[in-house]
Amino acid sequence: MCATCGCGDHHHQHPATETVTLEEKVLAKNDALAERVRNRLAERGIIAVNLMSSPGSGKTTLLERTIRELDGRRPIAVVEGDQETPLDADRIRRTGCAVVQVNTGAGCHLDAAMMNDALDALDPATGSLLFVENVGNLICPALFDLGEGDKVVIISVTEGTDKPLKYPYMFRAADLVLINKIDLLPYVDFDLDACRRHIAAVNPGARVLTLSATRGDNLASWYAWLAGPTDRRGSAWAGGARPDTGPHRTSYGTPAAPGRPGHSSRSVR
Amino acid sequence: MHELSIARSIVETVCERAGDRPVHTVTVRVGALTAVVPDALRFCFALAVEGTVADGARLAVEHRPGTLRCRRCGTDARIDDPILLCPCGSADVAVIAGRELQIVSMEVG
Repeated sequence: MCATCGCGDHHHQHPATETVTLEEKVLAKNDALAERVRNRLAERGIIAVNLMSSPGSGKTTLLERTIRELDGRRPIAVVEGDQETPLDADRIRRTGCAVVQVNTGAGCHLDAAMMNDALDALDPATGSLLFVENVGNLICPALFDLGEGDKVVIISVTEGTDKPLKYPYMFRAADLVLINKIDLLPYVDFDLDACRRHIAAVNPGARVLTLSATRGDNLASWYAWLAGPTDRRGSAWAGGARPDTGPHRTSYGTPAAPGRPGHSSRSVR
Repeated sequence: MHELSIARSIVETVCERAGDRPVHTVTVRVGALTAVVPDALRFCFALAVEGTVADGARLAVEHRPGTLRCRRCGTDARIDDPILLCPCGSADVAVIAGRELQIVSMEVG
């Protein structure tokens, strides 16, 4: 029997197959687009910080407070990623900040194409601080370069101490890890020292800050980190996987002219 | 399920390169430190090829083990665990293999 088509006899010719060598990175398109986003941001002096965590760790609360407390020091804009609903973008909009909601639908993470589209819609002012609130998920967003300057991973003390070991790819991707909700430490079984050790085990280069976004504990350290230059933060990618092509941002300790970007808010899907 | 995005990315690249020729097999290389699960990728690939010139194609996965080089003791160690630690106990290591995520080749015609 013919192995190609299963026919009983061989009175017809099958075209020969050909093996084509590709040797191409699977995420080549995403990475190329992320590089374009990175250049686009660098040209306008925009610092992009990608916030990643599981749902409920306090990303949106931290953003609301950060926007209010940094008001006037530098224009701030936000890209909100969620599978569905504009609810988080609505919360950010109430702070008066420029925001664009990106609903990923079935998708579990933002990618560089969504980031590029969000930038088109948002058009952040030159010199902005641009926060990206990624889809709440500790696995998938770690793989996709958005062209951001820094990756910040948030864990809250109402989650397990061992999360860094259970989701090592995400914690390894982090430039900074924030341990949030420390005001709840007296009420929960969370070992702060053990958590720090677990973070160091998967990512010896990551900086770690503890804070409470609701009570305000240690937020000054977070703002100081945001104001610092990227190249002083240490590389979490000692393994060498991260491209060295990102912009080395300059300090924003000296505030740019006060003012916010326009209060526009659009939705892209 | 980031494997679905990855499968779509593979199919998109393969279909562009194949033109109108049918694709029978696609071979990808997946490193042990990439957070990509081969079975999940095969499942998603079967969905992503539907209605394309690669409909029904087989996905072959070449597994690459992880290797790290210790900056303290200077040796290379094999590692399949995402916790990057040299057997000597040092965490000051460089990953030299295991992060591959590549489309190696395709069989067309």
